[in-house]
Amino acid sequence: MNIVVCAKQVVDVGEIKVNPSTNKPVLEGIPKKISDIDKNAVEEAIRIKEKLGGKITVMTVGPPDAKDKMKELLAMGADEAVLIPRPQGADYHIVSKLLSKGIKKLGDVDLVLCGEASIDMFSGQVGPRIAGFLDWPQLTYSFKVEAEAGKVKACRNMGDRMVVTEASCPAVLTVTKEINEPRLPSLMQILGSARKPIHDWTVSELGMDGETARVLERDLRGVKMERKNIVFKDDLDEAVAQLAERLAKEGLLG
Amino acid sequence: MPRDWPKRAFWGDIMVVVYSDLKRNGFELLSKARELADKRGNKVCAVVIGKDAGTQAQEYIQRGADMVIVTGSSMEHFNAEDVSDILEVVVKEERPEIVLIASTKDGKELAPRLASKLDAGCISDANKIYVDGDSILAERVVYSGNGIAVEQFGSFPGIITVPGKAFDPLPIDPGRTGEVVNRDIVLKQQRSSIVDVQKMVSEGVNVEEAEKIVSCGRGFKKSDDLKLIEELARVMNGNTLGCSRPIAADLKWLSEDHWVGLSGHKVKPKLYIACGISGQIQHVAGMRDSGIIVAINKDADAPIFNSADYGIVGDLYQVIPKLIEAIRQKM
Ligand SMILES: Cc1cc2nc3c(=O)[nH]c(=O)nc-3n(C[C@H](O)[C@H](O)[C@H](O)COP(=O)(O)OP(=O)(O)OC[C@H]3O[C@@H](n4cnc5c(N)ncnc54)[C@H](O)[C@@H]3O)c2cc1C
Repeated sequence: MNIVVCAKQVVDVGEIKVNPSTNKPVLEGIPKKISDIDKNAVEEAIRIKEKLGGKITVMTVGPPDAKDKMKELLAMGADEAVLIPRPQGADYHIVSKLLSKGIKKLGDVDLVLCGEASIDMFSGQVGPRIAGFLDWPQLTYSFKVEAEAGKVKACRNMGDRMVVTEASCPAVLTVTKEINEPRLPSLMQILGSARKPIHDWTVSELGMDGETARVLERDLRGVKMERKNIVFKDDLDEAVAQLAERLAKEGLLG
Repeated sequence: MPRDWPKRAFWGDIMVVVYSDLKRNGFELLSKARELADKRGNKVCAVVIGKDAGTQAQEYIQRGADMVIVTGSSMEHFNAEDVSDILEVVVKEERPEIVLIASTKDGKELAPRLASKLDAGCISDANKIYVDGDSILAERVVYSGNGIAVEQFGSFPGIITVPGKAFDPLPIDPGRTGEVVNRDIVLKQQRSSIVDVQKMVSEGVNVEEAEKIVSCGRGFKKSDDLKLIEELARVMNGNTLGCSRPIAADLKWLSEDHWVGLSGHKVKPKLYIACGISGQIQHVAGMRDSGIIVAINKDADAPIFNSADYGIVGDLYQVIPKLIEAIRQKM
């Protein structure tokens, strides 16, 4: 079974600060990582491959420095990777279409796996958009997946209900964080990943030159959270008395 | 097609997509659609999909729609493949400027699939939508609550998904009239099929409207220990429990209606007490609009203290019983 995992490099949102003078989130100089749930998608792909054989290709639309982080996915067990540059101002339309065209170019793909959403924007658009563009079935929010030759079945968390959906391949799956525990590669695997190829594909070879974004960002405002940050410790009786006192003063114990 | 509404050559109107089983969401979308359409001199078209869709058409008109298209009534269960195929046809015929869809998980998997079929833009989870000059702008929370992105469409139609309770429904206006159109669209043979649907266990709590929430995380060692926070909630007269994702999603100690955070519920109680919750940004994203935030955690370096007004560093198994006692005396 040949699997493509779409993985995104994101800024570590936990490290973002808001610049008080511009009131904008500072995104430069923040550590980057592969979006958490995309690693769950890679892990699931590896488990399917362990059962059914085949090849795993990681595909990323992103900046050149994403390659370092993509190596982590190769070390986990993906076989090769494709990096497609992210055009300036690209929206989900452009990113998903680039990935869809990349999947077509790769050819002979049975499954596409994505995380349910990336942790920076948390829109969850890429998986369903790829499925729509390719007109493939989509099994979103999967927390349990069973693949066999030519077909796949998933238990899906749809919030108010659990849905079991079956599809014939090719299909797109998006997975939740609960589906598995992504493995940590061994030192040998990390060293070995250096030999695995990361291909650079261009926007023009995918026929996407001049494609215009459908959504434009007009502004990005920072949201600061001001809290009192009063912490009581050591003497717990005293701490609890203090806290109860404060809560009463705030009128919260009525 | 029995209708005298002219087919439009331009992109206008606001379309609202409603599933027949999610009425309240539909009413909220209709009220926003009505506001936008009135400002633009356009009409509001509701597309009602699913079993028994037709029976509710009049109510959608009374809640703000000028036209209701009833379709997909043969569909047994919601599935994004069929619904996006139906909407692709409807949107191409009606040419709305904006399509509003609820940000339920169904809506969140439907909207982008539909968008890609229409080569359209899609803005997810917009909690503000307004007219600004010639454009319609949408705002949404990004970077786990650190930012608000203001976005605009570069082409029509534009699809927006809207979280629950972002807008208040309009009251019923029995005098409103409108047109109901039945539109049967032949469904394709899909390569996927639903083999089972089970209702998730739900304890029927509504954390989003709670005034006081006592919330638990993995600091609790076993589900039985949640009695502690139940008791705390009780003495505070705010018996709503919240929790972090692992408590609902992995351990399943509480149902998902308690789950607070980026991927769970967004809450804004007057008081939020986080017990044994580390305070990762994805959790904080769901409760950062709370009035007063209290943290109880044994690790003085836990990030939750940065997001808290008051904190106690200590073992929750010792702190909570003491706190229950102290509060009992104050009440
Ligand atoms: C895309 C994405 C979406 C997510 N969405 C959400 C979401 O919606 N909601 C959410 O909550 N999380 C979400 N998460 C997960 C989030 O990142 C954290 O992993 C999660 O919130 C941690 O839960 P926790 O605080 O209960 O557990 P932990 O992080 O394990 O923290 C447990 C805390 O309990 C403390 N503790 C332990 N024992 C005691 C004791 N005896 N007394 C006092 N304190 C004690 C520890 O010091 C620790 O701080 C998401 C993650 C991702 C990647």
